[in-house]
Amino acid sequence: METTTTIKPTFDVNVLRKDFPLLEREVNNQLMVYLDNAATSQKPQVVIDALNYYYSNYNANIHRGIHTLAEEATSAYEATRKTVKDFINAKSTDEIIFTRGTTEGVNLVAYTWGRKNIGEGDEIIISGMEHHSNIVPWQILCNEKKAVLKIIPVSDEGELLMEEYKNLLSAKTKLVSIVHVSNSLGTVNPVKEIIVEAHKKGAVVFVDGAQSTVHLDIDVQKMDCDFFAFSGHKVYGPTGVGVLYGKKTILEEMPVFMGGGEMIKEVTFEKTTFNELPYKYEAGTPNIADTIALKVALDYVSETKKELVRNHENDLLKYATEQLSAIDGLRIIGTAKNKVSLISFVIKNIHPQDIGVLLDNQGIAVRTGHHCTQPLMKRFGVPGTVRASFAMYNTKEEVDRLVTGVKKAIKMLT
Amino acid sequence: MDESKTIKEREEEITDEFSLFDTWEEKYEYIIDLGKKLEPLDDKFKVEENIIKGCQSTVWLVSEFKNGKVYYKADSDAVIVKGLISMLIKVLSGNTPDEILDAKLNFIKDIGMMTHLAQTRSNGLLSMIKQIKNYAFAFKSVSAAQ
Repeated sequence: METTTTIKPTFDVNVLRKDFPLLEREVNNQLMVYLDNAATSQKPQVVIDALNYYYSNYNANIHRGIHTLAEEATSAYEATRKTVKDFINAKSTDEIIFTRGTTEGVNLVAYTWGRKNIGEGDEIIISGMEHHSNIVPWQILCNEKKAVLKIIPVSDEGELLMEEYKNLLSAKTKLVSIVHVSNSLGTVNPVKEIIVEAHKKGAVVFVDGAQSTVHLDIDVQKMDCDFFAFSGHKVYGPTGVGVLYGKKTILEEMPVFMGGGEMIKEVTFEKTTFNELPYKYEAGTPNIADTIALKVALDYVSETKKELVRNHENDLLKYATEQLSAIDGLRIIGTAKNKVSLISFVIKNIHPQDIGVLLDNQGIAVRTGHHCTQPLMKRFGVPGTVRASFAMYNTKEEVDRLVTGVKKAIKMLT
Repeated sequence: MDESKTIKEREEEITDEFSLFDTWEEKYEYIIDLGKKLEPLDDKFKVEENIIKGCQSTVWLVSEFKNGKVYYKADSDAVIVKGLISMLIKVLSGNTPDEILDAKLNFIKDIGMMTHLAQTRSNGLLSMIKQIKNYAFAFKSVSAAQ
């Protein structure tokens, strides 16, 4: 009888950290603790190398050139589209549009689909925990079209009040645009349920995946969202490149966004015919280098055993929650049952900015402020929070440094 | 605030004080202490129009023009910011608009607080200085017109 040995996959954070050169940086004479991953993640060496290699070896403008470099650059660029398609399980690469980031994705849909499909008296539903990027474009659209923006309220725990959501839905609802994971609270929203309910009313659903893509497994077909957007730089990729996914049937019907090169089929002074999907929405020379490097980042994430990463991040969340909760006067904002590894907190009688400054002096990078979610901060009655957000490369020792740092800051401030 | 001293002399006083500190903790404890000691602004001044835009914390700044000199009062909900603004007031308040407009404020760099001048949205020191100088400029124009 043959015996098979299964090699149990392992996750060693200390080995993984070596892939990220920036993590060795010192700030204020101490090894830096980087806990601002929800703002942007650090990049593995392979991503940095991909950028360098592109510019050193095959920099060329894509799609039109017939020379070798142009072909190499084009195929690398299109290879990213294929990787993104697989990463979020889209049906076709025609559904993958490259943008500058999530914000551009929201705006693209607001300016194209929105202007065509939203009319006077129509309703758009968003939630009380949206990032400004998923509020303002819809607000602009509503003002222009005399449409109405409705808000799903948030509970004290930082969860969406789903019954209230169902009550907001009506035949007037044309669009629901919802954040998958809250950047301020860490809450994972029940997007599947939200989508099912919206579709019953014939509404289209946009999912803001800026925070979720790095922490959760994204399957747009299973989710059945109509649009999904994320940013490359929060998934260990470069800044300046993002993705808008849209169902093909919807994208085909949508008017164009920006006019220019690449997005056209034929131009005369009388008339222009537009290119096919996805190029129809990619006017001008795109961000070739960063898009190519995005593939490397997504491959890196896929190759790092996802399940083990999720376990590690959940352990960090659990440990940090326990440790921080034990600090006198500290209140965690966002205590949803389903959270990613992100903790927002405030400390009694202390301004978050003061904590942030004193943590920085101890080499600890957190974010303080309203996190571009001012309505949410108002909902919780705080001027802002201190936010520690964890990535796959963070460690328990770093959580300890954070906790010690916060305690020291409190001592200095009181 | 000693009005007999020039802006430069007042800056030197602060720099001298800071030269005694060896660690960042001592520096910040001093600033925090200044913040706590800064006379709180009367609630009637804590209105929208007195808020300095561009700070992560809320900073209120009011000014008064008396006998050719500008006097400032300020408050904030964040104590480090309050300490920083307390130093600015110590240095600049009670001077003529021209003196205030000409002030280079090198002491900020000398005491190692340049990070607070960085042009990020979270740091308000730059906005504070701008607003202080805006007031000085406005008073200068008013007094020139008289």
